[in-house]
Amino acid sequence: MLRFSKTSRIGLMAIVGVVLVFMYAPLTVLVLNAFNERQIASWPIQEFSLKWWVIAFESEPIRAALLNSVTVATAAMLIAMVLGSLVAFALSRYDFFGKSTVNLLIVLPIALPGVVTGVAFSNTYSNFLTPAGFQIGYFGMIVAHSTFCIVMVFNNVFARLKRMNPSLQEASMDLGQGLWGTFRLVTLPQFRTAFAAGALLAFALSFDEVVVTIFTAPPGVDTVPLWILKEMARPNQASVVNVVATVVILLSLIPVYISQRLSRTENEK
Amino acid sequence: MNVIARAPKRPISSYLHLHPKAGLRALLALPLAWLVGVYIISLLLLLVTAFWFTDPYTSKVRPGFTLDNFVSIFTVPAYFATSARTLGIALAVTGVCALFAVPLGIFMAKIAQPWVRNLLAVAITLPLWAGYLVKLLAMRLTFTEQGLFNWLLEPLGFSGPGFGIPVIILTLAYLWFPYMALPVFTAIVLLPPNLFDASADLGAKGWPTVFRMVLPLITPAIIAGSVFTFSLSLGDYLAARFVGGKTQMIGSIIASNINLNPPVAAAFSMVPIAFVVMYLMVARRAGSLERM
Repeated sequence: MLRFSKTSRIGLMAIVGVVLVFMYAPLTVLVLNAFNERQIASWPIQEFSLKWWVIAFESEPIRAALLNSVTVATAAMLIAMVLGSLVAFALSRYDFFGKSTVNLLIVLPIALPGVVTGVAFSNTYSNFLTPAGFQIGYFGMIVAHSTFCIVMVFNNVFARLKRMNPSLQEASMDLGQGLWGTFRLVTLPQFRTAFAAGALLAFALSFDEVVVTIFTAPPGVDTVPLWILKEMARPNQASVVNVVATVVILLSLIPVYISQRLSRTENEK
Repeated sequence: MNVIARAPKRPISSYLHLHPKAGLRALLALPLAWLVGVYIISLLLLLVTAFWFTDPYTSKVRPGFTLDNFVSIFTVPAYFATSARTLGIALAVTGVCALFAVPLGIFMAKIAQPWVRNLLAVAITLPLWAGYLVKLLAMRLTFTEQGLFNWLLEPLGFSGPGFGIPVIILTLAYLWFPYMALPVFTAIVLLPPNLFDASADLGAKGWPTVFRMVLPLITPAIIAGSVFTFSLSLGDYLAARFVGGKTQMIGSIIASNINLNPPVAAAFSMVPIAFVVMYLMVARRAGSLERM
C-alpha cells in the first residue's frame, strides 16, 4: 500500500484538479463562443445567439472542405487498413532480423515532426515528381495521410494478434482448411473488432491532421482543418470558426467512442 | 514415399507451411514497399535537396552540391537562436508534462476509487481526439487580450503574459499532455502491489516510496511519453504562429522557406530529425519503444 499523509493527498488532488481545469476550460470557452452573438470571440459572453450556426450550415466552402476531409480520411483509412494489418501479421507471427527496425519504420511518420513529414512529401512532389512530368495533385494528400495512419491500424491489430492463440490456426490447418479458410473462419472473427477500431482511429487521425495537409494539399483544395486555419489567420476572425471547431470536436469523438466500444466488448468476452 | 510425387491439394498453403520465410516476405512486401518507397525515399530526397541551391535569378531549385544551407543553420544568428529556442521550448514542454503526469498517475492508480480512476482515464483521453487545431484555437481564445485568463486575473490586479514563449509552452503542454499521462498511468498501474507493501514494511512513507521506487521503475514510461511531447513540440510551428506573438520556431523557418528556398527548408528539417533520432536512440536504450 502506498500511504500518504492527509496534506499530501490534498496536494495530489489539487494537482489533478488543476490538470482537469487546464484541459477542459479552454474547450469550454471555445464551445460557448460558438454561441456568442458578437463577431469576435470574447469573455465573458454578453449575448448568446445561434446565428453563426445558421451561417456555417449554409456555407458552401465549409461543405466543400468537409467533403474533402471525408474523402481523404476514407481513402487513407482503407490504405492503412491493408498495410497496417499486413505488418501486424508479419510482426506478430514471425521473428526475423530487423524486426525492431520495421517497428521503428511504422512509428516514424508520427514520431517525426509533422512539418518534416509534410516538407518531405511536398519536396518530393514539387521538386522531383513535377519536373519529371508527373502531377500527383489530390492523390499526394492521400498518400501522405495513409503513411502516418498505418501505425493506428497496426497498433490495434498487433495487440489483438499477440493475445490470440496460434494453436487455433494450426488446428484449423490440421483439420484441412487452407490459408484462406483458416483466415476467414478462425483468424478474422477474432481480430475484426480490433481491425475496425484501428481503422476508425486512422480515420480520426487523418480527419484532424493539419500540418502535413498544409504542405501536401493541392492549391485551392481545403480540408476542414485547412479551412479553420485560414479563418484563424484572418485578423477579424468570425465566431463561425468556433461553430466549425465545435462540430469537429463532436465529429472526432464519434469514431473514438465507437472504437472504444468495439475494443471493450471484445475484451469482456 | 510417393508424397512428393502427389500434387498437394492446397498448393499455396502447403508451400507456405514448408517455407515460412516466404509467408513473411509476402506479408511485408507491400507495407515495406510503401513505407520505404514513399516515406523513406522522400526523407532521403529531402536530404539530397538540402545540398542543392536556389538560383538567385530565376528562384528555381538547381541540383548541385553546397554545404551553405547547413552552414547557415550555425552561422546565421537568427537561425541558430531559433534552433536553441525551439529545443528549450520542447524540453520545457516535456518537463511540464512529466511534472503533472506523475502526480496524476499516482493519484489515479493508487489513491482514487475505481470509478474515479475510470472517469479520469476517459477525461484525459478525450481531449486527445478533440483535434489539434481546435485545441490551438481554444487556447488562443483563452489567453487572448479579452480572454478567460485575463478576465480571471483582472480582479487580482494582474494581467496575463500575453502571447509569447510561456503561452507557447502551456499550449504545447496542453496539446501533448495525454501522450505523457497515459503511459505513465499505465506503468504505475502495472507496478506489482507487493513492491509497495515491501517498501511500506521497510518503513518508507509515501514520498520516499515515490522517489526511490516508483520513479526509477516508471522512467521508461516517462521516456516513452517524452518522445511524443518532445518531438511533437520540436516540429510545431502553428502554436508559435497563433499564440506565440512574434516568436519563431524551427518549424516556422522550414514552413516559410519551403516555397521560397526549398534547400534551406530541407537543411533545416534535418535539425528536428537529428534531435528526434537522438532521442529515439535514448528511448530504445531504455527499452521504452515497446511502450509506445
